[in-house]
Amino acid sequence: MRAIVSVIGKDRTGIIAKVATALYELSVNIEDISQTVMQNEYFTMIMMVGLSDEANIKDIDASLQKVASELGVEIRIQHEDIFNLMHRV
Amino acid sequence: MINGNEIIQTIKMIKDQHLDIRTITLHISLFDCIDKDKNKTAENVYNKLMKTAKNLKKTADIISAKYGIPIVNKRLSVTPISLIGASSGGYKEIAIAMDKAAKENEIDFIGGYTALVQKSMTPFEREFIETIPEVLATTERVCSSVNVGSTRAGINMDAVALMGKIVKETARLTKDSDSLGCAKLVIFANAVEDNPFMAGSFNGVGEGDIVVNVGISGPGVVKAALSEVKDADCGKMSEVIKNTAFKITRMGELVGREAAKMLGAQFGIVDLSLAPTPVRGDSVAEVLEEMGLSTVGTHGTTACLAMLNDAVKKGGTMASSHIGGLSGAFIPVSEDIGMINAVKRGALSMDKLEAMTSVCSVGLDMIAVPGSTSAETVSAIIADEAAIGVINNKTTAVRIIPVCGKETGEVNFGGLLGFAPILPLGNGNADKFISRGGRIPAPIHSYKN
Repeated sequence: MRAIVSVIGKDRTGIIAKVATALYELSVNIEDISQTVMQNEYFTMIMMVGLSDEANIKDIDASLQKVASELGVEIRIQHEDIFNLMHRV
Repeated sequence: MINGNEIIQTIKMIKDQHLDIRTITLHISLFDCIDKDKNKTAENVYNKLMKTAKNLKKTADIISAKYGIPIVNKRLSVTPISLIGASSGGYKEIAIAMDKAAKENEIDFIGGYTALVQKSMTPFEREFIETIPEVLATTERVCSSVNVGSTRAGINMDAVALMGKIVKETARLTKDSDSLGCAKLVIFANAVEDNPFMAGSFNGVGEGDIVVNVGISGPGVVKAALSEVKDADCGKMSEVIKNTAFKITRMGELVGREAAKMLGAQFGIVDLSLAPTPVRGDSVAEVLEEMGLSTVGTHGTTACLAMLNDAVKKGGTMASSHIGGLSGAFIPVSEDIGMINAVKRGALSMDKLEAMTSVCSVGLDMIAVPGSTSAETVSAIIADEAAIGVINNKTTAVRIIPVCGKETGEVNFGGLLGFAPILPLGNGNADKFISRGGRIPAPIHSYKN
């Protein structure tokens, strides 16, 4: 399955490195990545990631929350279907 | 491919605008639990609820983590207990079993302590209704509802008269908690069988054995969307509301289908109801004010609410083939900070609320009234509301709290039930009218066959 990892917060060094390392350690593959300042408000990094169907998003999220508190940013991981369904007829 | 703006929009809806799945409600048929012995019936009910509901909380937690969307309440809803307990008469025993099963499964509320008496009341239904005050006073999570009218049947004025007394007695028995028992009791006209929202949820007799119905909310999201089109005309505003309702409903359907699959249940419906909470930014009143009212309750409120309710339904039906329940906008007073403030300012009266219920999705909801209000006046309020529903072919309901021992001031029900200033009622009385009893005949337009 595929999921979206979003990182929102203030810019600082090492965000991509730390998040990417954490995902690597969780066996999560980054398929696409974009980083931008959006709506003049958010520094945003969005990653499309692939993970095995058996993967437990709750556990992955728990690991990502540790990284989030180290970096002082917000990190979310959400199954891609929520975005597909909400924004497409 | 999803674009970044859409992803951020979804995240903002959840993070800043309080979008959530308000409830996953598991509707359960209890027909197979009926026994002639009351204790055996209660035991059967308890066992079935324990078996079917044991994974509900866990399932909700998994789905919540998977999609990153809060799921606020996990609820159960059962076949009207007036039917399940008729053979044994063990209504209270069943209520205790329901309450116990709900507590043990970490379920917030369990609905279905219900009677459907829109045309007439059988002796066992009357006996059932008379147990409601005690059940609401002695259980914690059981919710009750009674349907007293329908467009096809008219209005059962004997039941209306009885329910005035039942509301008053419930208020008296729960005096110590500001008559909180009344917050768990809804009197309906045209009740729907698949509503996942409390306190009026029950599993209708035409429903399946185990069905997942999902209630979604999001007044904050609609308000935020409208705030981005400040100079739009009404057609454009309606379009914005529809688009927003579409997105929210899709999320509800996704969650509902997944929950049904995981629980081995049928997927029933999505109920898209703009349901406020007492938090600022999660208010239907604030949506109406965003549309251009200086305060909710002023002239123009009914028109704004009518447009909002209709646009929400239109967006919802486009998004899912199975829209049901009450879908529209709820206007509870104590649960909506904008409504509470309007009452405090003196801008929102009982009369205006009644007018608003002719175009909102339900009715007079979570309104605290003086404790001295007579049973006959409560009945008269129920009759007015039922008349609006029956004549206009819509669901209406009354959930009012005549706060025992208090005439003015404010009451606090806690949590999602919120707090409310006590609203004064009009003068005069309808005592003679209520004492007449009988049945108000079904309206002419009900004869459609």
